[in-house]
Amino acid sequence: MLDSLLRILALTRKELLAVLKDKRSRLSLLIPPVVQALIFGYAATYDLNHVTYAALDQDHSAASRQLLAAVDGSGVFERVADLQRASDIATYIDARRALLVLQINQNFERQLLSGRGADLQVIADGRNSNTAGTAIGYVGSVVEQFNAAWGGDHGWTPPPVQLVSRAWYNPNLETRWFMIPGMIGTLTLIQTMMLTAMSVAREREQGTFDQLLVTPFRPYEIMAGKALPSMLVGTIQATGVLLVAQLWFHIPFEGSYLTLYAGLMLFLLAAVGIGLLLSSVAATMQQAMLYSMLLIMPFSLLSGLTTPLSSMPDWLQYLTAINPLRYAIDITRRVYLEGTGLNLLLSDLWPLCLLAALSLSGASWMFRHRMQ
Amino acid sequence: MKLPHHVHLLAHAKLRRIRALVWKETHQVLRDPSSIAIGVILPLILILLFGYGLSLDVKNVPIAVVVDQPTAEAMELVASLQLSPYFKPRLLRAMPPAQELLLAHAVDGIVRIPADFSRHVGAGDAQVQLIVHGGDANRARIIQGYVQGALGAWSARQAAQGQQAAAVPVSVQTRLWFNEADNSSYFLVPGLVVLVMTLIGGLLTAMVMAREWERGTLEALLVTPVRSDEILLGKTLPYFLLALIGFALCVLSARFLFHVPLRGALWVLLSASMLYVLVALGIGLLISSWVKNQLVASQLTMLVTFMPAFMLSGFLFDLRSTPAAVQVISYALPARYYVALLQTVFLAGDVWSVIVPNTLALAAMAAALALGSRAAMRKTLE
Amino acid sequence: MNARAPALVAQQLHKRFQRKDESPVQALHGVSFEARYGELTALVGPDGAGKTTLMRLAAALLHVDAGSLSVLGIDIASDPQQVQDRISYMPQRFGLYEDLTVQENLDLYADLHGVSADGRAQRYPALFDMTALGPFRSRLAGQLSGGMKQKLGLACTLVRSPELLLLDEPTVGVDPISRRELWDIVRQLVAEQGLTVVLSTAYLDEAERCSHVILLHQGKVLSQGSPQQVAAMAAGHCFVAVPSAQQSARALQARLLDEPDVVDAVPDGGRVRFVRAAVGKPAVIEHALEGLAVDPVLPRFEDGFMMLLRTAVERERLPPISVTRPVAGHAGHAVVQVQRLLKKFGAFTAVDHISFEVRRGEIFGLLGPNGAGKTTTFRMLCGLLVPTAGQLRVAGADVRSASASARARLGYVAQKFALYGPLSVLENLEFFASAYGLRGERKRARIAWATQQFELGEHLRTTSSQLPGGYKQRLAMAAALLHEPEILFLDEPTSGADPLARRSFWRRITALADQGVTIIVTTHFMQEAEYCDHIAIMDSGQVLSQGSPAEVRQRARTQARPEPSMEDAFIAVVEQARAAQAAA
Repeated sequence: MLDSLLRILALTRKELLAVLKDKRSRLSLLIPPVVQALIFGYAATYDLNHVTYAALDQDHSAASRQLLAAVDGSGVFERVADLQRASDIATYIDARRALLVLQINQNFERQLLSGRGADLQVIADGRNSNTAGTAIGYVGSVVEQFNAAWGGDHGWTPPPVQLVSRAWYNPNLETRWFMIPGMIGTLTLIQTMMLTAMSVAREREQGTFDQLLVTPFRPYEIMAGKALPSMLVGTIQATGVLLVAQLWFHIPFEGSYLTLYAGLMLFLLAAVGIGLLLSSVAATMQQAMLYSMLLIMPFSLLSGLTTPLSSMPDWLQYLTAINPLRYAIDITRRVYLEGTGLNLLLSDLWPLCLLAALSLSGASWMFRHRMQ
Repeated sequence: MKLPHHVHLLAHAKLRRIRALVWKETHQVLRDPSSIAIGVILPLILILLFGYGLSLDVKNVPIAVVVDQPTAEAMELVASLQLSPYFKPRLLRAMPPAQELLLAHAVDGIVRIPADFSRHVGAGDAQVQLIVHGGDANRARIIQGYVQGALGAWSARQAAQGQQAAAVPVSVQTRLWFNEADNSSYFLVPGLVVLVMTLIGGLLTAMVMAREWERGTLEALLVTPVRSDEILLGKTLPYFLLALIGFALCVLSARFLFHVPLRGALWVLLSASMLYVLVALGIGLLISSWVKNQLVASQLTMLVTFMPAFMLSGFLFDLRSTPAAVQVISYALPARYYVALLQTVFLAGDVWSVIVPNTLALAAMAAALALGSRAAMRKTLE
Repeated sequence: MNARAPALVAQQLHKRFQRKDESPVQALHGVSFEARYGELTALVGPDGAGKTTLMRLAAALLHVDAGSLSVLGIDIASDPQQVQDRISYMPQRFGLYEDLTVQENLDLYADLHGVSADGRAQRYPALFDMTALGPFRSRLAGQLSGGMKQKLGLACTLVRSPELLLLDEPTVGVDPISRRELWDIVRQLVAEQGLTVVLSTAYLDEAERCSHVILLHQGKVLSQGSPQQVAAMAAGHCFVAVPSAQQSARALQARLLDEPDVVDAVPDGGRVRFVRAAVGKPAVIEHALEGLAVDPVLPRFEDGFMMLLRTAVERERLPPISVTRPVAGHAGHAVVQVQRLLKKFGAFTAVDHISFEVRRGEIFGLLGPNGAGKTTTFRMLCGLLVPTAGQLRVAGADVRSASASARARLGYVAQKFALYGPLSVLENLEFFASAYGLRGERKRARIAWATQQFELGEHLRTTSSQLPGGYKQRLAMAAALLHEPEILFLDEPTSGADPLARRSFWRRITALADQGVTIIVTTHFMQEAEYCDHIAIMDSGQVLSQGSPAEVRQRARTQARPEPSMEDAFIAVVEQARAAQAAA
């Protein structure tokens, strides 16, 4: 038992030395997750803080100016042009010089004063319909405030019901709060899985695997010795991303670190298990790497990181059951933002356990089988 | 007339060498299952995932509706939520169980109609509470909009029954150009094309030069009449063609599977794509001849091509809202220009004011990379 | 072309390599030589002599630091492309495209060299004829045996007649039969077509067949001239001694090597051939040769080479290797028993019902051409492959069910010295010590022992991948001996090693065997079979001949060859078997 443990430790130490000794490979493991977390933390947001728009004010009235001033004053919109003719709209939208055109028709103020209500036409560039939709929503809330102010001043009856809205866990509804905790799993998956898959393939290519097999190492010890270093690297990477989230983006951490790391460990175990399984299929390092790409891509697209799982068709949702990243993202987000405890995470934890168990036993079967 | 004949012979020999290298590379691609996996199978998977899997549409949102007192007005409001195609409401009588559902992610939001709702409706100052799960901010905002909409519909019905005048001073009328029906495959398909082109162009070539170094095949190749530009061409052409096959797959599926319109000219789309593939190939080759190690080459390529194509190209996230530093980075990435071109040519048509500058940027990058690869690909081992 | 000027002229060549994080290496230090048209010129020297660097310089793959190098009358610094257009070069690890077929590889190089269809029609049949690759045209190069790959590599450089052919160690890792075939091709081309060839080699018998030899050592030219001139340097220094009936040739050789006056000693056909530093009949070393018949013999190229090298390098006086733990059991007891061992891969039979026995303290040699089934047998003995049928007992245990503890009694040195490249020498030793369950004081003591025995002290912190070839082999041996195995498996341990390294390797191996360690080794060097107590020659999965080296030689005796060398015997045995098979 002790011998076995010492052998695993020796292999772990050797793996870590092989990976971390060379400065270039050390940096290539530690820097990218943090840099990506930083860049994508800024880039990966559906929130808009800079919406370009052009105004086509055909009314030229106090009311229309007041409305446009409200738009300008919101801090999100930047007026890039004042259009003169409706035919200019296409010029601005087509050339992507403005995301929106706000068009106010001739009788705007007259209609408002007559108490009938007036329209604000919003023309949006729908090439990225999601961005356009969000921008239109922003216009909506500016108009709502304008309505409340105008209605109060001019004696309009307020709407019978008002919606009082609150968002839990993310009061200002910032996408970043949602994205970055999700990246803890995503950014670690890529390199953890590849590292594991390639470390066995490398030994095979260089002939050292035979050397390992003739030593007293048992197959499970080799697997453990390969899994531990990758998990350690994964844990360090995850910690890096976690630190970026807290220290750089100041996203408050609500949960318990113990719970978070427990979930991460299970996730890494499953990821490493899949990596080992791949490595037992691949003959060369190149194959190991390409096969891991073949898995990593669907895994990260179908993880719920950028698009919600619930919007996918049912058959695809079932398919995501084998995606460890899906559970990891759910765990990290909920523990991070909501402080969810282990008891509520069971629905994520047991599939991870199952995935880890299946992939690891599959890999160890393959290891023994390939010796035929 | 001796000289032209001589020149002709030289050109002939050059062509033959290039053809031989292209054949060699093509055979290698066709015989390597992992190249096929990346070049053909992965694009197909991506097409299916993008077409059917990825969507930002919010529908059938599970929400809890807490009705403290089931008065007629309250129940009418509930009915209007139930009628909305966006919600799957669960009716509850108290807050604590609803909060538990929210915590367990069984519902995405709670609509609470307070006990004194009917009385306040009469007085014109009624409130309805909405608690959304803010985790997914984008989704939360959309849900807020939907609840607001359902309330509006309810108000309109109330107004129709003559109880209230429900008009607001300014109402917003929207028109979504290029995508009137707000179909999300319209904006996902350009992203798909970028990813597939990046994948074939960058990732496959990143390995090929490194592989020749590692296997020692380059040393023998160098000591032949082959010129370095011929080696580069021999490496580029097969993957260029493979990328064009991927491109054809994407365009066909966009057109006939996902019914995304192609409003611009096909030749514009094709030339822009060819330019982008050249850039991606150039990056792959440059990295590959620089690091000479398959492992490092593949990771580096993944970092500088694929991840940015996904996150920093503007196909999913709006680049105008990122900090200046990130925008500067995005200008250095070819994917940004290609996404702009794809979105415009597919959805808006031949808008030259978009096409010309973006194409020029890609062309400049392609030229710079060609020169760079040429310089990196010297015919020595040093 | 001016036939008077030499094909290659090197003048005061200097080349230095900058290593990462380490001091630069001076690979060439003022090298000057010439290679004439229509001749075979050989670069000979131990590892690190600068042979490959010279080859690459001549192929215009590297820049010259100082001095000048002109190839075919062209200064390589001024027009490298023109040189590359006109010469052919076969690197050490010839870059065949393994996923292309034989024909496709040839076509690629024919296209690159601009060979016309007519040219091919003429050339291909000759090439296929020469290399005997005709039947394998559509086979993927990756599926060829090592010798066939090497022949295909040569064929690729010969798709047209180059003005100069550069071959960098063309026969490394190639079995004697393929080696002879390869040499026949080259010599035929030189004789019949006047081809100019410059090659580098670590095989001294190959250098003997060249017309001009340049001896390199540590980047400098030690000597150059015809092989006869080099051999003549040892004239009067060479003798043959016949061991007494109780003594093995190996033991006598070991004793002789310990004599300060002896430059070199090798077992040779049951006798010991040795070279003395002093001239004349060996009176001084009589106590080693007491009562033995000693006869002077004519010097060979190898003898001259060793004489020269000894003037440049002090011979390492090996500390006698010591096994701290006496090996249990008595000599003569069989530790490896193989009975009707069979291994099939699908329909292909790699090992066909072979049987042999190895006794404790024996050196057992497994010889055979590439693809004979040696490595497969080896892998089954080590438990890396499961036999299809047959009995296999190693150290008293059935390997198929061998537990980890049984494996702890084996040591294994893989073909390419499978070490962890990024790790330092010490880290490699520590890892393998832990892998074998050594810890604490014992681990320290064993690592200290290995460091001292294999003289790794000054390299302990060096990254293994940067070690010179000889040291890699020593480290691999050290790692395999840390746990004091009873049986040591060595898979082609001397392939690609220079003559000096091979000698010290065998010195250590014989010492180990004398102390009771059983050694099983595969090799391509037939002279090395002389060190073995017992050999088995394999081909096509079958054992063709086995017994002591003397017995095997005896069986190959013919009228034409009354005293066959080990290599003659080997080739005869294999060719007889192949002929018999072809007839059947």
